[in-house]
Amino acid sequence: MKLRHLFASLALLFALPASVLGGVLPDDRGDVLYHRYEGGGVTIDGPSVLVRKQAGKSLSFVGNYYLDMVSSASIDVITTASPYTEEREQWSLGMDYLRGNTTMSMNYVSSVESDFDASTYAFSVSEDMFGDLTTLTLSYAYGEDIVGRSDDPGFRRENTRQHYGVGLTQILTRNLIATLNFETVTDEGFLNNPYRSVRYQDPGSARGFSFEPELYPETRTSNAVGLRARYFLPYRAALEGEYRFYTDTWEIEGHTASLTYVHPWGPFTFEGKFRYHDQTGAAFFQDIFSRAEATNFRGRDKELSPLTSYTFRGKVSYEFIDPNKGWGIFKRGSLNFSLDHLFVEYHEFRDITSGPLGEEALYELKANVYQIFVSFWY
Amino acid sequence: MNTTVAKTGRILLALLACYGLSACSIEPWVKPYERDRLADPIMALDGDPVSTAYIQHVYEAREGARGGEGAAGGGCGCN
Repeated sequence: MKLRHLFASLALLFALPASVLGGVLPDDRGDVLYHRYEGGGVTIDGPSVLVRKQAGKSLSFVGNYYLDMVSSASIDVITTASPYTEEREQWSLGMDYLRGNTTMSMNYVSSVESDFDASTYAFSVSEDMFGDLTTLTLSYAYGEDIVGRSDDPGFRRENTRQHYGVGLTQILTRNLIATLNFETVTDEGFLNNPYRSVRYQDPGSARGFSFEPELYPETRTSNAVGLRARYFLPYRAALEGEYRFYTDTWEIEGHTASLTYVHPWGPFTFEGKFRYHDQTGAAFFQDIFSRAEATNFRGRDKELSPLTSYTFRGKVSYEFIDPNKGWGIFKRGSLNFSLDHLFVEYHEFRDITSGPLGEEALYELKANVYQIFVSFWY
Repeated sequence: MNTTVAKTGRILLALLACYGLSACSIEPWVKPYERDRLADPIMALDGDPVSTAYIQHVYEAREGARGGEGAAGGGCGCN
């Protein structure tokens, strides 16, 4: 395995309230997307295809296929292992059922790698209330993972994961809509990466340190609350602000904020976004431990380090099928391109290739994320 | 025992009554015909679900936090 097991339920996305206007199913649509991530010695690319179609007036089905093709020579890999290539294949099937003002959604997601399998079952109920000004959503998802090792066919560990979500979407004025989401996730099982190592001071080693396998706690519970509001500006443009507070039992505490501006111009729509994320590190994270087996739990994943990340996004969409005219069976069609530039500053995780022990620089990651996709509504 | 059941029943009834009354009495302050701007595609909270799922997945792989954004990503951590 070289892919990490952060599998969460894509299902929840498709189980979101169908419409801010209440009591309707999601639009029939198809999306074909190509994604590419480049940064830190890692390239990941592949397609994602989504098809959604109503059957009658109260049922809507959705299917998604997603592929990651990974080529990695990241800082973690080059310092403790060999570069590798890997694939992760994911597909999902879901259904929405509308009855009156209530939408019930079910979803199944499967993700398969050579050494990691994950399955997620999700269910949610949305109710439109108060003249469809308010949508309340309750969601639950259950996931099971099987963790293996590519170099040890007998290695097999299991995880279970549960998501509990409550969401409230509220029309506040004729120009303003807001959504408040609370989500608790619990994990239990083998939560660390079987390939990753921590380093410890070792005077007997030429470099002054050696490595040993990381060891995580077997449970984790996280709570996150997010508030998002979107405002329609007087000259037909939109402004969105978002804030999220995150905390978990590994003592990571995070603040995430973003600001998005959307500006249509003829058949084009331009979008700019800035996102900021800051977090403390996990209680058992250390860049270097004082000795072997120094603590009960130990980890050196850079994602568990205190860090600050910044994302700058530019996106342009071109509507090639005019929604007022349509074209054949298609009501609308758009071609979209986006670029996200991600910059991460790690406050404790060091680049051990940058110098001798004690003089290593803090690691920084720069990555570009490209997406090109075409969407059809029919 | 019966007292507890009765108490619980009364509380539930009261809650249902509150819900029913509030549903009837709250007058939508934004009428359906005033929601044209909110129905504009530029106001969609998630107009591109495939793209949103993908970028959330990237954030989850690169950061220690997860959830609370109304959408959850898929899964590679991608060293």
